[in-house]
Amino acid sequence: MNVIVCVKQIPDPALPGELDPSTNTLKRDGKLILDESDSYGVEMALQLVTAAGGGEVSLVSMAPNDETSGLRTALAMGAAKAVLVSDPSLAGADALTTAKVLAAASKQLGEVDLIIAGTESSDGYTGTVPEQMAEVLGLPSITFAKSIEIADGTLKVDRQTEAGYDEVTCSLPAVVSVTAGVVEPRYPSFKGIMAAKSKPVETVTTADLGVESVSWAQQIVSVEDAPAREAGEVIEDDGESFNKIVEFLDNLKVI
Amino acid sequence: MGIDNIWVFAQAADGAPTSGTLELLTQARSLGGNVSAFMAGDGAGVAAALGDHGAAKVYATGDLGGALPGVAVSAAMQAVIEGGDTPDLIMFPQSYEGRDVMARLSVKLDRTVLTNSTAVSAEGDAVTVQTPVFGGTKLVNSTFTGERPFLAAFRPKSFVAEGGAGAAGEVVSAPVPDLGSAAGATVTAVHVEETSGPKLDEAAVVVAGGRGLGEADKFDMIESLAKQLKGAPGASRAIVDAGWVPYSYQVGQTGKVVKPTVYIAAGISGATQHMVGMKGSKNIIAINKDKEAPIFGVADLGIVGDVHKVLPQLLEALNSRS
Repeated sequence: MNVIVCVKQIPDPALPGELDPSTNTLKRDGKLILDESDSYGVEMALQLVTAAGGGEVSLVSMAPNDETSGLRTALAMGAAKAVLVSDPSLAGADALTTAKVLAAASKQLGEVDLIIAGTESSDGYTGTVPEQMAEVLGLPSITFAKSIEIADGTLKVDRQTEAGYDEVTCSLPAVVSVTAGVVEPRYPSFKGIMAAKSKPVETVTTADLGVESVSWAQQIVSVEDAPAREAGEVIEDDGESFNKIVEFLDNLKVI
Repeated sequence: MGIDNIWVFAQAADGAPTSGTLELLTQARSLGGNVSAFMAGDGAGVAAALGDHGAAKVYATGDLGGALPGVAVSAAMQAVIEGGDTPDLIMFPQSYEGRDVMARLSVKLDRTVLTNSTAVSAEGDAVTVQTPVFGGTKLVNSTFTGERPFLAAFRPKSFVAEGGAGAAGEVVSAPVPDLGSAAGATVTAVHVEETSGPKLDEAAVVVAGGRGLGEADKFDMIESLAKQLKGAPGASRAIVDAGWVPYSYQVGQTGKVVKPTVYIAAGISGATQHMVGMKGSKNIIAINKDKEAPIFGVADLGIVGDVHKVLPQLLEALNSRS
C-alpha cells in the first residue's frame, strides 16, 4: 500500500499575514511550517499503510526557496520520502497550476494506491486542489472524508455533507481529501526527528517535471481595508454582568 | 461581448433550492443578460423557484446513480459547453458540491478559479470579484484575464435573495456523459443528522461555545441557552476538531456563515477562522476570561468573565422571566 500525501508549508499562522505590496500576493519568504491541517492526512496515511501491512508514505509539496522545514516535520512523523517542487516561476501560482504541478510531482513517485490531501490550506484556503489533481490524473475522488477504511482493495469513506454524512465506496487508485479530526495526528518522536534528517527529499523544478506554460489567468487589481466593526462596551464580570446581557437582549426584543 | 450569459450551479435540499442558490441567481440577474441554472437531478420540481429568482433555463442532469456531483455535473457542464452554449461566467456556491464541481470543470476547461468571494461586478468584458482575507480585515479585488467562462465561488449570504423575476425556468436535459477513468466513487448510504430548533445558518439567535467551556459536557449550557432564546447552538472549530460536537455545528471559514440578530460567543477567543463566519452578525455578545481575546474587538457587549459562572446566572435569570 503506497500512499502519497500532499502537504503545504505555510507561514506560521500565529504570526500576522502580510501581502507583498508589489504583487499583492501572500508573503511567503519567511520560515515556513507544516500546515497543521495536513498533519491529519499524514497520520491517516501512516495508519492505512500500517493496517495494510506494508508499503510507504511519500510526500509531495510545492514551496519557494527549497524550503523543507515543514516536510521534515511530516518525515519525522513517519513518512519515508518527499518530492519538493521549488521554482521561482511558481510564485503566486493559482490553484489549477498548483494541482498540475503536484500531479506531475506525484507521478515521479511511481505506482501509488491513494493520494491524500487536506480539504484546504490554512493560508490560501481555495479548497479546490485535491479535486483538481484527481481530474488532472484522471482518477476518482472523494472530498471531505471524515473517516477512511480500506478493505479488499476498496476504499470506504464517510464523507461530510451539509446535512450529515454519506457513505461512499471507491476503487483504487483514488484521491481523497480529509477534514481536520479524521484522526489524531501523532507528535514526532525524538527518534523520528533524528531519522527525518537523513530521509530523501528530492527537489525539482517545473522543467524537471515537464510542466509547460506556467501561467494563470487571474490578477489582483487592488486591495482595500474592510470597513471595521467597532468594538462596543467591554466590562469585567462583577457577578452581576449577566444582567447586562439580559438588558441587551431585552432591548433587541429577542426575549 | 459583455457578460451576457451567466450560469449558476444550483443545489436543492428537501425539494427546494438552497438559499445559497437563490442568492447567486438574484445576483446573476442583477449583472444582466441571460441566466441559467445548472443542477444535478431532476429540475422539474424546483424550476418554478429557480425561475422566480432569475433562471430562464434550468439544465438538469437527471439522477446521478450514486456518482458524486463533482465529477458528474462538471462532465455534464462540459458537454453543454462543447455543444455550443458557452457561458461568460459560472457562479458556484462555496459549498462542498460547489467547490468539487468547479474544481473538476476548471481542469476540463483549463480555467483558473476564484473562490471565497463575497462580491462580484461586471464592467464591459471584465468580471471582478472581491474576497475577504486575514479574517475579513482586507478585501482583495481580483479579475479574470483569460478565456471564458470565468469560474467563481461565493460564500453563503454574500447576496440577498429576491424573487419575482419571472416564470418557471425551462428545464433542459443535460445528461452526464461517460466518466471514463474518473468514475469509481459511489454513494452507498446517506445519513442526515437530526437537529431540533431552527437551522444554524437561519436562526435569529446563535449561541456558540468554544474551548473556554473546558470540557465536552459543558456544551449543555450552550444548548440550554440556545433553546431558551429559540436559537441555534454553534461551535468553534477547536471543539469540533476535539470531537465535542458534530461538524454541522461549526461556525467559521470551513463551517457555516451566520448573520443572526444576536450572536453569543461563549468561551471563544475569536480566531480568524471563526470570525469570518460570524462577523456579519447584527449584534455580538462575547463572554471570555481573557480580556485580550480578539473576539472583544468585534463585540457590541463584551463580558470579561468565566463562562461557568456567567452562563448559569444568565440561564437562571432568563428562566425566571418566562
